[in-house]
Amino acid sequence: MAEAPRFRYIGRRRRAVEHRRFVTGQGRFAADIALPGLLHVAIVASPHASARIARLDASAALALPGVHAVLTGEELQPEIEPMLPGVDAPEVRRFPLARGVVRYAGEWVAAVVAESRALAEDAAELVEVDYAPTPHVVDPEAALAPGAPLVHPAHGSNAIFRREFLWGPVEEDLAASPHRLSYRVRWSRSATVPIETFVCTASWNDATGLLDVWASIQMPKFPDLLARCLRLPGNAVRVHFDVDVGGSYGVKRGLKHAILVGHLARRLGRPVRFLEDRLENMRGGDMQGPDRIFDVTLGFDGQGVIRAMRMRALDDVGAYAGRSPFQLGKPVGAIVGPYTIGSVAYEAISVLTNKTPQEAVRGFGQAPTNYAIETGLDRVARALGLDRIEVRRRNLIPPERFPYLIPSGTLYDSGDYARVLDKALAAAPFEALLRQREALRAEGKLAGIGISTCLEPSGGNSSFEPLFNPKNTTTTWMDSCLLRVDLNGAVTAVMATSSSGQAHETLVSTVVGEVLQRDPDSIRVIHADSLSALPSNSPVGSRMAIMLGGAAAGAAKRIRDRLLRIAAHNLDLPEEALEWRDGAAVPRAAPERALSWARLVEIAHREFHNLPPGMEPGLQEAFVWEVPGGGGLPTPDGRIQMYPCHSFEAHVVLASVDPETGKVALHRYVVGHDCGVMISPDVVHGMTYGGVAHGLGAALMEKFAYSPDGQLLSGSFMDYLLPSAQEVPPILIVDHCTPSPLTEFGQKGSGEAGYLGGPAAIASAVNDALAPLGAALDALPMTPAAIWRALRAARAAQSAPVPARETA
Amino acid sequence: MPAPPPPVLVEITVNGAPRRAMVEPRTTLLDMLREHLGLTGTHAGCEHGICGACSVLLEGEPVRACCIFAVQAEGMSVTTVEGLAPARGALSRLQDAFCEAHALQCGYCTPGMLIACHDLLARNPRPSEEEIREAIGGNLCRCTGYQQIVDAVKLASGQEAAHG
Repeated sequence: MAEAPRFRYIGRRRRAVEHRRFVTGQGRFAADIALPGLLHVAIVASPHASARIARLDASAALALPGVHAVLTGEELQPEIEPMLPGVDAPEVRRFPLARGVVRYAGEWVAAVVAESRALAEDAAELVEVDYAPTPHVVDPEAALAPGAPLVHPAHGSNAIFRREFLWGPVEEDLAASPHRLSYRVRWSRSATVPIETFVCTASWNDATGLLDVWASIQMPKFPDLLARCLRLPGNAVRVHFDVDVGGSYGVKRGLKHAILVGHLARRLGRPVRFLEDRLENMRGGDMQGPDRIFDVTLGFDGQGVIRAMRMRALDDVGAYAGRSPFQLGKPVGAIVGPYTIGSVAYEAISVLTNKTPQEAVRGFGQAPTNYAIETGLDRVARALGLDRIEVRRRNLIPPERFPYLIPSGTLYDSGDYARVLDKALAAAPFEALLRQREALRAEGKLAGIGISTCLEPSGGNSSFEPLFNPKNTTTTWMDSCLLRVDLNGAVTAVMATSSSGQAHETLVSTVVGEVLQRDPDSIRVIHADSLSALPSNSPVGSRMAIMLGGAAAGAAKRIRDRLLRIAAHNLDLPEEALEWRDGAAVPRAAPERALSWARLVEIAHREFHNLPPGMEPGLQEAFVWEVPGGGGLPTPDGRIQMYPCHSFEAHVVLASVDPETGKVALHRYVVGHDCGVMISPDVVHGMTYGGVAHGLGAALMEKFAYSPDGQLLSGSFMDYLLPSAQEVPPILIVDHCTPSPLTEFGQKGSGEAGYLGGPAAIASAVNDALAPLGAALDALPMTPAAIWRALRAARAAQSAPVPARETA
Repeated sequence: MPAPPPPVLVEITVNGAPRRAMVEPRTTLLDMLREHLGLTGTHAGCEHGICGACSVLLEGEPVRACCIFAVQAEGMSVTTVEGLAPARGALSRLQDAFCEAHALQCGYCTPGMLIACHDLLARNPRPSEEEIREAIGGNLCRCTGYQQIVDAVKLASGQEAAHG
């Protein structure tokens, strides 16, 4: 293990500065923005998965006192620009309100604006819409079949994206492998489902021509996209990033919400708020996650070392797409996981169906892919009669091979994978888990141990954009920080995006405090608005410790360097003779001549005559940072550096299954985690605990289920089940630190920790539990009903034991 | 659609102070607190009684403010997250422990969690881990995985937290 550098503030326990406002009820969420004359929106949604809108009559709704408007797609669409997908599919156009046809049950058809939310909902019920149902398709494989109803006929196909990548001689390697196996796994539609639904409030000022927007967003390029869709110049839209966002973990995009609300505010000349209710959020909020079928073939030797992999990933993105097809792109940057697999063929297919659109979810598609890879490791072990842990050890990239280039073109920065796995096993401890498994089995329960080892690519680049869309030339995904030091010496850092629980104010103040050697609690961090902000790409892709942390450090170093130059000038010493210590410029040879922080700040602000020639007065610095290792376009065969940093996690789980009910209980959960240098350990641990809990939901409980006619069957918390404190077990995190050579302090990202390997490990445990009965599941979530059916099928097939396959 | 019934006067005691508002009879206690009284610390999560984000104490008992009409609370006392601190600018021991143990991230479920944990500690000053998990079992959090919330309640009750 490389020894972590010692820091004054980084890595130390420190209370998050955000907490105080939240525990006293003084947070400021989008629904808390109260504006005089505020109007409220309710939605009229399609009850059909696919239909023509034959007639829409809003007269009864408009006649209700207190109703200000009923907006339809007929009226709205000509006034705005469509939201386009990130991939090259210009005919797949999305608008906030449907016009002429609806493509999923829940699609917004009209928006009612009234003086209260309840009144708007009353009026929405009075809007009469006649539909003529048309053929629909909800199964992604059926959607690809010839003759399937086309979700967007103008696009000509239900495949919105399809590409086969070939990185190395896969067919030759598979043919030359002593063993091969193929399998299918199914990752079902779930999402992060924040407790706050999406909220947007907007206000238009006729005199200034400015639209103010307060929205619970976590979305790159949101202000630019919003302005473009509203046909406004970017400087006519001011998105306020100082709104506290009540959880997101990827999904809080809400562009269509903001276009609708912004348009209404401008049209009506009154501030307007749309606050989704839970059903609206689940059904029409466009926040459901990846929905994938993986077909995988592995070629391996008698020792279980995997030489080649062929993977086909079919992802159901629903009726429209924004960035969702890219969720098949990010995994390109970790397509071999933490393993030495030498050649890969990867076919990525995004399919349109008549379902709610898919949106970004924690991990941006990596968690399903990790589940598919980890299933393969378990199967290789089973096929050869080898231990699952030993098989992983034989495939893990060894520490001496870093930086390690994977077949698809990404260089992994650093890692010590086997060591982290060992630490997790030792902490469990694994021998005790084996004994506990036997004890549980002796009680008549089914019990199993699950293992997963996987990567968390971090540092949120957007290289999948040019990779998946040749017309897209994006090679930067910068982030930034502006630092100001006032006349009295107080430091204010300005960040350019909103936060949804990641404690960015704590991150920035810790980093700036570290560089300037000033107490982090004395440093205020504010969230700019989009007109006063430097560029940011929002907290996606586990990027902020790296990117915002790097930008804050860069700005702080510029401040520090400026103060050292001022000191050198005033002390008549070369800069090299000075060092920065405890927030002051100290001559190494004569520490008593040190110039204090206060004195240096005073010179910068008041004494032009004491500034070095050519230096600007005042004390402020900006820093915009490009993603390290980024900047390149993909090669013709689709090799590209995806994310810069690669955290690693090793999960060890003991689970039991009640053979009568199929209910799973987790008895022990240990995760070994290496995300380099942790800037705020409590924050990293918190996100990891939360990621494991979220992974538990995806593995065992959560599913957006659809009926064959395309109706969402789990649109409330009574049927879409979120893990509670009763389901989530105590979790033990074992830290390890392999610093990244690419970042300022050796940090890597961790916002998706826990979720990326949790589902695979829990699935592994359930299958280990079911194995003695000859049952197996290859689809998530492994609900009690699914497990019960698998057990029943296994018992029925006792005479001819074939593993049951669950495809629901 | 018939015209909605006229607003009615609701008088309740909130965090020790008498408050009154004219509300439609269908107004929930949650909406009265947030929209009429400006107490936005109490949050709407699911608005169907599952997630617990809107939890408040009604006559000292934890309830879901989204599932109670304001008129049902007439004459009763309500405690919200804004009323948990002993004084302006101060923190209760539980609030302090939530900050210390990093028992929150986005802060959205936090008011409801604090209400549930405050109620637990009032009934049971030294709860076990199982009792804590049971007490917050009706409050959903998507950020924390509950671990650091359990730690915070242990800390607030003078018990060493099991995990860091």
